[in-house]
Amino acid sequence: MTITEKILAAHCGKKEVTPGELINAKVDLILANDITAPIAITEFKKIGAKNVFDKDRIAFIPDHFAPQKDIKAAEQCKMLRDFSREYNLSLYFEVGRMGVEHALLPEQGLVVPGDLIIGADSHTCTYGGLGAFATGVGSTDVASAMATGECWFKVPESMKFKYYGKLNKWVGGKDLILHTIGDIGVDGALYRAMEITGEAISSLPMYGRLTMCNMAIEAGGKNGIIAPDETTEQYVKGRAKRKYKFYSSDKSAKYVEVREYDCSKIPLTVACPHLPSNTKPAAELSSITIDQVVVGSCTNGRIEDLREAAEVIKGKKVNPNVRMIVIPATQQIYLQAVKEGLAEIFVNADAVFSTPTCGPCLGGHMGILAKGERAIATTNRNFVGRMGHPESEVYLSNPAVAAASAVMGRIAVPDEVV
Amino acid sequence: MILKGKTWKFGDNIDTDAIIPARYLNTSDPKELAKHVMEDADRNFASKVKAGDLIVAGANFGCGSSREHAPIAIKAAGIQAVAAKSFARIFYRNAFNIGLPIFESEEASVKIREGDEIEIDADRGKIRNITKGEEYTAKPIPSFMQELISTGGLIEWTRKRIKAS
Repeated sequence: MTITEKILAAHCGKKEVTPGELINAKVDLILANDITAPIAITEFKKIGAKNVFDKDRIAFIPDHFAPQKDIKAAEQCKMLRDFSREYNLSLYFEVGRMGVEHALLPEQGLVVPGDLIIGADSHTCTYGGLGAFATGVGSTDVASAMATGECWFKVPESMKFKYYGKLNKWVGGKDLILHTIGDIGVDGALYRAMEITGEAISSLPMYGRLTMCNMAIEAGGKNGIIAPDETTEQYVKGRAKRKYKFYSSDKSAKYVEVREYDCSKIPLTVACPHLPSNTKPAAELSSITIDQVVVGSCTNGRIEDLREAAEVIKGKKVNPNVRMIVIPATQQIYLQAVKEGLAEIFVNADAVFSTPTCGPCLGGHMGILAKGERAIATTNRNFVGRMGHPESEVYLSNPAVAAASAVMGRIAVPDEVV
Repeated sequence: MILKGKTWKFGDNIDTDAIIPARYLNTSDPKELAKHVMEDADRNFASKVKAGDLIVAGANFGCGSSREHAPIAIKAAGIQAVAAKSFARIFYRNAFNIGLPIFESEEASVKIREGDEIEIDADRGKIRNITKGEEYTAKPIPSFMQELISTGGLIEWTRKRIKAS
């Protein structure tokens, strides 16, 4: 069996599962945010359950339109707060404690290797970076699971991605996954598990692994997953709030498709409007001027991401035609960035250094684009209207490329700046 | 179940941001969401669409976010069903969970033109193009999904399970 099949089997009490099989599995953690939880709460109440299945396994994180951007958003956030109090949920994260959900939960050790996690947010697949099976579902699925602790799944076929060779300078997990999505398309892994393997992944740090699994959904994948190893152990040791288990695929595991990539040939990669699969080498886009740069999100808002951006922009200024917005993904990252002097580097460069929020990634708040404006962002989607006006544009990149572009006022590679 | 109506046509990879832009997600009121349905794919869609109409689209319909607001907006706008070449998986789940009928058919996706009058026989999985006099086949709906539909959606299904246990 594959790692995905093993985790699913373990959670439905079976020795073995096969792709296509429908199972009802126990979930270790359920999460929802200020956009998706309100519907889940309304639907949960219709079920008529006396209580939630486990008050310590439901995480409500207001991060999308929080800190509350307007009255309607405040009402939605209030629903999460009220429900959490009513049912005594231990994992409600108020503003001040919250962070971008998919950065916060791994950081706090609330998702661990071997887990089965569902979240009413498509980027729930991020936790595959820890060797967990994690997938996005809708609010109604969450409502049902909040009552029963279970969710139905079709066991996905697995697709194997092998990465070998040495990564080029400044190239990271973001470039590998953008390159892969560019190769297979936005439905290239539709309904499938994306198993990310190879020697280049063994040497990829945890933040890069989380970034890669985060964007599995951008290829249509059900989940992205990386077998846990020493890097995983180092990351979860001292953080994990629950027992964890390392699973790995058998040699005899079956894959519908295997794809190999020589990382030494993967350039700094940018996804052009309006699909994450519309990728080009960053170096070929130097004629594209920009109005805004965003560094942050569940994809690239971790401390290492901020360090990369800071390394590029240190001692320089954001181009006068550009607004740069840096958003650490959690309070802990925020503090760390302050301690390390990263916040100072950004502010001295005339960038904004913000409190954690998903904000501009989904066109919510904190940096919305006007008609005709163009941004380069370390986020995950560049669909029409994603960051604001339907006639604005978003280019996706890694943090170093985003920072270099902020300095140059056009899409640039870090070596042009550093 | 027979679903008959006029069609609106969309292309491949219609994402959930196009179906219901995030700027309207500070509410989950179906009526409010319906006012902006498909807005970033067709600015005037909400004012053109009539109750009983159907959407026909290309591949990977509903890709992107997990927002259930997308099928809710479509349903609340009075659209009876969506037929597409393929659906993104979370949208697929959500549609069944909230009771928006969806049908996978490459033939229908390719051959139906905007404005064609169609009739979907959900039980037989047949899509009849009344305007053109053609008939297409939709992929069979998995038995568990049929069970969900006949029970009245996931919430009703869960309610019954809890009662029985």
